Amino acid sequence: MNLHEYQAKELMKKNGASIQEGIVATTPAEAVAAAEQMKTLYNSDWVVVKSQIHAGGRGKGKIAGTEQNGVALAKNHDKVREIATNLLGGTLVTIQTGPAGRVVNKVLIAQDVYYPGESDPKELYISILLDRGTGRNVFIYSTEGGMDIEEVAAHTPEKVHKEYVDPKVGLQDFQCRKMAFNLGLNGNAFKEMTKFIKAVYKTYINSDASMIEINPCLKTSDNKIIAVDGKISLDDNALYRHPDLLALRDLNEEDPTEVEASNAELNYVKLDGNVGCMVNGAGLAMATMDIIKLSGGEPANFLDVGGTANAERVEKAFRIILKDPHVKAILVNIFGGIVRCDRVAQGIVDAYKSIGNIPVPIIVRLQGTNAVEAKKLIDESGLKVLSAIQLKEAAEQVKVALA
Amino acid sequence: MSVLVDKNSRVIVQGFTGKEGTFHATQMIEYGTNVVGGVTPGKGGEQHLAKPVFNSVSDARKATDCNVSIIFVPPAFAADAIMEAADAGVELVVCITEGIPVQDMVSVKEYLKGRSTRLIGPNCPGVITPDGAKVGIMPGFVFKPGRIGIVSKSGTLTYEAADQVAKAGLGVSTAIGIGGDPIIGTTTKEAVELFMNDPETDAIIMIGEIGGGLEAEAARWIKANGNKKPVVGFIAGQTAPAGRRMGHAGAIIGGAEDTAAAKMAIMRECGLHVVDSPAGIGETMKTVLGK
Repeated sequence: MNLHEYQAKELMKKNGASIQEGIVATTPAEAVAAAEQMKTLYNSDWVVVKSQIHAGGRGKGKIAGTEQNGVALAKNHDKVREIATNLLGGTLVTIQTGPAGRVVNKVLIAQDVYYPGESDPKELYISILLDRGTGRNVFIYSTEGGMDIEEVAAHTPEKVHKEYVDPKVGLQDFQCRKMAFNLGLNGNAFKEMTKFIKAVYKTYINSDASMIEINPCLKTSDNKIIAVDGKISLDDNALYRHPDLLALRDLNEEDPTEVEASNAELNYVKLDGNVGCMVNGAGLAMATMDIIKLSGGEPANFLDVGGTANAERVEKAFRIILKDPHVKAILVNIFGGIVRCDRVAQGIVDAYKSIGNIPVPIIVRLQGTNAVEAKKLIDESGLKVLSAIQLKEAAEQVKVALA
Repeated sequence: MSVLVDKNSRVIVQGFTGKEGTFHATQMIEYGTNVVGGVTPGKGGEQHLAKPVFNSVSDARKATDCNVSIIFVPPAFAADAIMEAADAGVELVVCITEGIPVQDMVSVKEYLKGRSTRLIGPNCPGVITPDGAKVGIMPGFVFKPGRIGIVSKSGTLTYEAADQVAKAGLGVSTAIGIGGDPIIGTTTKEAVELFMNDPETDAIIMIGEIGGGLEAEAARWIKANGNKKPVVGFIAGQTAPAGRRMGHAGAIIGGAEDTAAAKMAIMRECGLHVVDSPAGIGETMKTVLGK
């Protein structure tokens, strides 16, 4: 589960980090009111209006059909109203959203933090995530903030540092100092940074995050360290112990069909292809998507029906796949082990009858316990369903269906 | 003719009296696995499936000298169950549980360092040595005895591979489902190493998926150790988009290095027989062995 920028920053603030402050607004009027409140708090008319969507590249991204960037500076409150009007309800297209973009439902009216002062502001990069190879949490940080870290790593790998956390003792003070030194800081900024890193680590551990990225993390002209942006991904497996964080889930940011599928306990991911698929098991589901591609199609989805492929689940899965108008055929691939294939076949026949006329060809491959009985059941059902036992046969049938 | 488990394995079931534990323990006993008892805290002294129930793994170990444990406890308690088995000195722990928080597994991984316990999984189908022992949730009949070792991150795809192996007239020495989570106990490389050192295994099927670097690590190890036995490899998720989790918690493309294409290229460079289609695993193995 991903958090919005404003949620991520609030969470870090609760854990002791300084942030670029801001107020969330859902209408242009609220945006202006927020800007007025920001003026009383921080004594400046200048605010940054930031689209809140679950995708990066907002600053360079544009609202579809306009020249309005997803993040913009407003120097007066009329400008706040104008930008908020342009953003709210618009579709923001960024390098990460793909051409379809995301609808902007909220904007953050945030402090202007690049004010002049005793020193130049400096953008830094800090993240923490799990290193799968070592099974340890690792900070990745760089003096080159405000840029795509993968670009930095590709061109100037010496500017990307790593600091592993020993699970036995957690993050140590010397590690925080090392990171702050490597970030080129001294004096008050150095002290602030060691505190900031501790707060980020605390946020990461306390919220069972799988990733926190602060880009940019800003050293201000008056030598404070603040999170200007914040991205937090939470470990879905750990949400059961964080009901407060689960409440931050924004269903507007998720594909409605995927939400419907997850409510039915189906693991579904929408893709852009023309052949739908329904499979038991995540690995076999990915392999089935690959078979579709090798047969000349493109997978329209990933769908794992799980261990109990009964009629009800199969019907729900069919209905979800059929919501996608691009689907030209459906491949059902079930390896029945503990679950018997003839039961699954009966489930498919029942689901088919219940839905009525399914407008696209269905190929059903059932292998495992009672596979032969299952094939017979499908073949004798009188329905427009092709059956197969071997995976190769199923692949051939997909080819024929697409021809 | 196997690695990790065989007829002599003395297996206990953690989460024995629960729904999942009861169902799969029954299946394992029917298969012929030597299940010597189970653990459910608070139910020590009772009998379940005609086997003794213990309050702790330590009690079970003292009473039965069990050397293998299989875990069916819910995700919130699974990390604790793994560490309990390790503390009791059980040599092999197979954790079936799906959905364990990643930070719990960071602690488990650290806890297991320097101990003699080997962990398989979590979020895996378990381990099976056909006609010897089934310590897992896989359909036993699919696995015919033979001399091919299987290591896989995925459950049903393991069954698929075992079925194709049987159709090709071959059989399985042991199949190890290592699991699809970001942190797992036994890596692809470690499983491959077991098979390379097993005199009863002639060739290996290695099934991976997108995400992480385990397959590349295994492939490089195989090459560095002289490609002693032929390895047929497949990576699921060639068509998976970057940044989206494909069912398994660990199946997510994070960078250019952990795509299916990148892994397959490394495996080819290291001398593995890589198949593009999951339908071709059995036939390719047959060809490689010249049968």
